[in-house]
Amino acid sequence: MKVLVWDKEKCIGCGTCERKCSQTWFKEENRTKSRIKISEADNGFSCNVCNQCGECIKVCPVEALKRDSKGIVRLNEKTCVGCLSCVGFCPTQSIFQIVEIDIPFKCISCGVCVKSCPSGALSLEEIPESLDKIFYRRHF
Amino acid sequence: MNKYQNPYNPEKIKQAHKLLTEFKYELKPLEKGYANRTLHVHVGNNTIKSKPVTQEMKDVFTGGKGFDLKLLWDAVNKNTKWDSPENEIVIAAGAMGGITQYPGTGKSIVCGISPITEAPVDSNVGGYFGPYLKFSGWDAIEIQGIADKEVIVYIDGDNGIIQIFEAPEEAIDSHLIAEQMCDIFASNEQEKKNITTVSAGTASEHSFYGCLNFSFYDRRRKVARLKQAGRGGLGTLFRKKKIKALVCKFSKLNVNNNNVADLEAIKRISAEYHRELFENDDSQCDMRHVGTAHLVEIMDDYDLLPTHNYKFGKHEKTGKISSPVWREMFTQGIPDGCWYGCTMQCAKCVDGYTLRTGPYKGDIVSIDGPEYETAAAFGANMGIFDPHFIVEANFYCDTYGIDTISFGTAMAFVMECYENGILNKERTGGHELNFGCGEEAMEMLHQMAKGEDFGKTIGLGIHRLKKLFVKEFGADPQFLQDIGMECKGMEYSEYVTKESLAMQGGYGLALKGPQHDEAWLIFMDMVNNQIPTFADKAEALHYFPMFRTWFGLQGLCKLPWNDVEPPDNAETDEPAKVPKHVQNYVDIFNAVTGKNIDKKELILQSERVYNFQRIFNFRMGFGTREYDQIPYRSAGPVTIEEYLSREDRYDNQLRDKWNWDPTGKSVEERHQKTREFREDAYQKLCDAVYTRRGWDNNGVPTIEKIKSLGIDFPEVIEILENYFQGK
Repeated sequence: MKVLVWDKEKCIGCGTCERKCSQTWFKEENRTKSRIKISEADNGFSCNVCNQCGECIKVCPVEALKRDSKGIVRLNEKTCVGCLSCVGFCPTQSIFQIVEIDIPFKCISCGVCVKSCPSGALSLEEIPESLDKIFYRRHF
Repeated sequence: MNKYQNPYNPEKIKQAHKLLTEFKYELKPLEKGYANRTLHVHVGNNTIKSKPVTQEMKDVFTGGKGFDLKLLWDAVNKNTKWDSPENEIVIAAGAMGGITQYPGTGKSIVCGISPITEAPVDSNVGGYFGPYLKFSGWDAIEIQGIADKEVIVYIDGDNGIIQIFEAPEEAIDSHLIAEQMCDIFASNEQEKKNITTVSAGTASEHSFYGCLNFSFYDRRRKVARLKQAGRGGLGTLFRKKKIKALVCKFSKLNVNNNNVADLEAIKRISAEYHRELFENDDSQCDMRHVGTAHLVEIMDDYDLLPTHNYKFGKHEKTGKISSPVWREMFTQGIPDGCWYGCTMQCAKCVDGYTLRTGPYKGDIVSIDGPEYETAAAFGANMGIFDPHFIVEANFYCDTYGIDTISFGTAMAFVMECYENGILNKERTGGHELNFGCGEEAMEMLHQMAKGEDFGKTIGLGIHRLKKLFVKEFGADPQFLQDIGMECKGMEYSEYVTKESLAMQGGYGLALKGPQHDEAWLIFMDMVNNQIPTFADKAEALHYFPMFRTWFGLQGLCKLPWNDVEPPDNAETDEPAKVPKHVQNYVDIFNAVTGKNIDKKELILQSERVYNFQRIFNFRMGFGTREYDQIPYRSAGPVTIEEYLSREDRYDNQLRDKWNWDPTGKSVEERHQKTREFREDAYQKLCDAVYTRRGWDNNGVPTIEKIKSLGIDFPEVIEILENYFQGK
């Protein structure tokens, strides 16, 4: 499973990744519509982006959030009823919702930001695939 | 075919359907939370019609329970009894009902003339029916009449068709018929989530406290789960009408079926609230893991857990039925909301449970709950500290269509009667019904479902049992009045109120009977001493019943209001009100409807409906001071045994609170004096509350009050004028 990884030491806070992301997915350069968020922080910048942990899958009442064949957590927009459970319960607050768009959105490790980053601060790295624990007992 | 040992055949069931009538209607988008029409179904003469919702109806009654009561008022007359054909079951979702963003927005409110109180009753319930009904085009449904043969009412919200079928083959017990309806009305597994069913059960037919089950299909567990409109015998009324099920199909759920005025505001408030739950629930109530069952040990700690028919407030075995046990038994880690978007997820479930008794013995089932009330009633109140008994009895109460609270409280009463010799094995059909007798209690439940023997008798409810035991067994009527935990004919829910006068009023003054959904003031009153004077208590017994009534007008669950609180809530001016969440509700109501109410208007919306319901009670022959009187067990120690169990407390109160020196007095004298003081205090409380609510000292709303609320309809004025002229 390839997860987007951000290098604090290399990031220059230029915002190219955000513009590229929103352009790719929403056809406009608009930071609020980016699935990766770079913010100013003490001693540089911070980054908020999905780490594909899958906690959101467990709170989605309509099973709109699922891992795809590559292990990436994806939101089925046709199934989503916009309840925002995933937004509130994302441990890293990396699922976003904004005014104009009824349903949330998140990073799906597409890599366009990686290619656009002028300082090489972003990369897609392979990590062992997470096995979602089956917490509940199935008897039939 | 299906997973049960005695499988049913959906095709065979479907083939036996006989269409009695069909009604087609135009599908229209909702307008700011309203469908602007209600549905009237008469199962006696098989007629179906649409009624308009006027602006005046919305202005006065708001929606939900308000619509229910208005429609019910118009349908019945002062002579209507619960089993009269004109009596109705009315179900509504409320204006805010069905929004998917904010937790706790999927409640249906059900009203009817109650079999157990013989007055109007309201009961709220989760599941998908109310929202799907509204999205199908109906703000409320009235079911009137009594069918000749068993019927199903089917609302196809996808195609705008309503049908009444003869339904001879369906099961009556809810866990079966809820799944049968999914099998019949969904064309595949994926469609089952679009089906919701209202049903009762076999014991509803033989008891006065039958409940209604509202289903929601759990797509992960692949089972139709059940939430209960428990209070007031509405399941009994349902079966009286010979209805097996109301079914609604709606497949087009989306982000904004309500067509709200300001979706962005709702999204903003809701996302923040979800986060608040995420950050605080684990360290506060832990609703997400144990639901309301987290209360068991807390109530025991504060001497509030009803034990042995409310004699005591704690027990040494409470640990066997407390939240760690339920955390282990409940399946964890999957969404347990009874409506979309509820991240409080208190609808916990025991999965893979193999039934040990009864007609379904050996079947493996998923069981909703137990919630606190059920665990307290079956565990401590009946003295059966066995989680497996609680789970099994919970399952059977649900599927048989029996209110767990009334059953638990009635059984506890019967057990105390047994231990006092009022009952014996000869009178119970050979059953020992001491506290703690789980197998015998379970047998009573199965007998109730079969309509046989002493189990059926227990289904009469405490109010009728008291009369029966006096008449048949020569029991002391005063003793039964003292220990029989019912008021207005309804059994108490599960809190000991002896040390909270305000909560005694919370139960006794509740319009429908002693259910805690109007007010839960024990901590404010007893623990935190925030409302020490009669005026303070009266103010609380005005504000909270009005505020809580509002949830019923909107189709909301109360739990997200105060079962998680903002971290800084304690520093606010009025922490008991949870001001931030109240503001959330005001803002979301405005965002749904496009109106611009504030917190005062919120209370006013409730006051209109609350006073209307009080007058409705009065119209049906109740609704005065005498019906607000409570059994002494809810105010103080009935027996010497109870007095001695908390002797220091009662002695100290005689000295410090009532300025009466108990030194040297016999226990009988101290016990009697305690009773005099406490009963007098309750009367003073009634006086203060009636005044605060704008009622006369008999508990009847004044004409001036009614006019100020704008509910001075001619029939209402006529009723009140007759009363005040006759005084």
